[in-house]
Amino acid sequence: MLKVENLYVRYGMIEAIKGISFEVNDGEIVTLIGANGAGKTTTMHTISGLLKPASGAVLLDGTDITKVPSHKIVSMGLAQVPERRRVFAEQTVEENLDLGAFTRKDKDGIKKDMEEVYELFPRLKERRTQLAGTLSGGEQQMLAMGRALMAKPRIMLLDEPSMGLSPLLVNEIFRIIKDINQRGTTVLLVEQNAKMALAIASRAYVLETGKITLEGTGEELARSEQVRKAYLGG
Amino acid sequence: MSAFNQFLMQLINGLNIGSIYALIALGYTMVYGIAKLINFAHGDIIMVGAYISLVLLGTGLPWWLVCLLTIIACAVLGVVMEKVAYKPLRKASRISLLITAIGISYLLENLFQLIFTANPKPYPGFITLPPIVLGSITISSNYYITFIVSVTLMIILNLFVQKTNMGKAMRAVSEDEGAARLMGINVDTTISLTFAIGSALAAIAGILYSNCYSPINPTMGSLPGIKAFIAAVLGGIGSIPGAVLGAFILGMVEAMTKAYISSQFLDSIVFTILILMLILKPAGILGRNVKEKV
Repeated sequence: MLKVENLYVRYGMIEAIKGISFEVNDGEIVTLIGANGAGKTTTMHTISGLLKPASGAVLLDGTDITKVPSHKIVSMGLAQVPERRRVFAEQTVEENLDLGAFTRKDKDGIKKDMEEVYELFPRLKERRTQLAGTLSGGEQQMLAMGRALMAKPRIMLLDEPSMGLSPLLVNEIFRIIKDINQRGTTVLLVEQNAKMALAIASRAYVLETGKITLEGTGEELARSEQVRKAYLGG
Repeated sequence: MSAFNQFLMQLINGLNIGSIYALIALGYTMVYGIAKLINFAHGDIIMVGAYISLVLLGTGLPWWLVCLLTIIACAVLGVVMEKVAYKPLRKASRISLLITAIGISYLLENLFQLIFTANPKPYPGFITLPPIVLGSITISSNYYITFIVSVTLMIILNLFVQKTNMGKAMRAVSEDEGAARLMGINVDTTISLTFAIGSALAAIAGILYSNCYSPINPTMGSLPGIKAFIAAVLGGIGSIPGAVLGAFILGMVEAMTKAYISSQFLDSIVFTILILMLILKPAGILGRNVKEKV
């Protein structure tokens, strides 16, 4: 479904991504793990068009989307849950969800999907008229995920969904990611919390200072000596 | 005239000038909210609107068509201004944008001076209705027309921004442009739309203003423009209700100062308010305190 080929991204003189390639197949959960500054968010922003690569390709169903403006990528079936959630704090929960469905015109479908999001996150339903800025961190994460779901994506990109959340909430969020995947959405997950990410991933890649240094199934990487030392605390 | 009646008259004056400031301040505040740009050329749109409507009136078109064409012309001018002058600088520092805005302002003023000369031109008060008589005070139609039109437009604008998808998109872009892109919102279109709406409101302000205060000249927009900017800062720049509130406060202060203190000190009092506001509550009355990310 999604294929990244030999991607290079630069910020001025600094090369943040140095020729990475990976792919996400239909129905998979693929995770990209790595430390702070490895280039995870840069990769995500390049896929969703917020950044333009220096060279390389991002193929969505075989079409190169590196030249497509970011607002058109959403309607091609790719939605992103950005790092630090970035919900629209001054709009209500329901308005945030409406914005998630901005590119869609099917009013009935939108209504149905909103009910589904509320079913998945009952807390959001309780708070539907509240401003998003007044929600707790966990609720904001749920809202950011719900908002992405409203675009009815075929593939969902999640950038550090566990950041700043309590262990209990992290478990909850990962359970929901699995649930979303089982309902038919392909997932690309970027995480510092390697343990949780590897536990739910079909396949995983390790990103180190802009290069992919290791790849395998989630289980393989969880057992790998290198990963254990660097990311799982021994 | 009794003291009370005189006070009432000043109240009406304040509402009148306040509604003109509000129409202009809305453009300032919306553009700032979306593009983080103080568009100092915004005041000159009032002047452009005044001249275009004057020329069109000369052709003998019906008044409503004159208004409509003027509004469209100014909206187009606003969009072109953004595309030509501001869009190429979107990633530049704010000071470059500010200097460019001042440059555009001078360009428009001098261009119109070249075409129409610097001599004031009389403007026919072409929108007139019978005055309203309340006891011993008579309210001329200029005053209530300006007030009613402005308030109606503000209500429509508020509904648009709060309820429609485009309005939600505008608010989303103003909060977080990157996240808005991830929703599939076309940020360029949204910015253009904002400039179009702001300039259309300024065009209407230009017509109403000239209708009250003939004659017109090529620099007529700069002072009301700066006053409206002060109103927007007073209310909290970026905030739509703030701009309206600030504009009416400023209108009242002006009317009362003129009547009871001194009309010569008028502008210095207004600018003192700006300075005090910036010292005491820089975010404005309804503004949010933006926390800078560390």
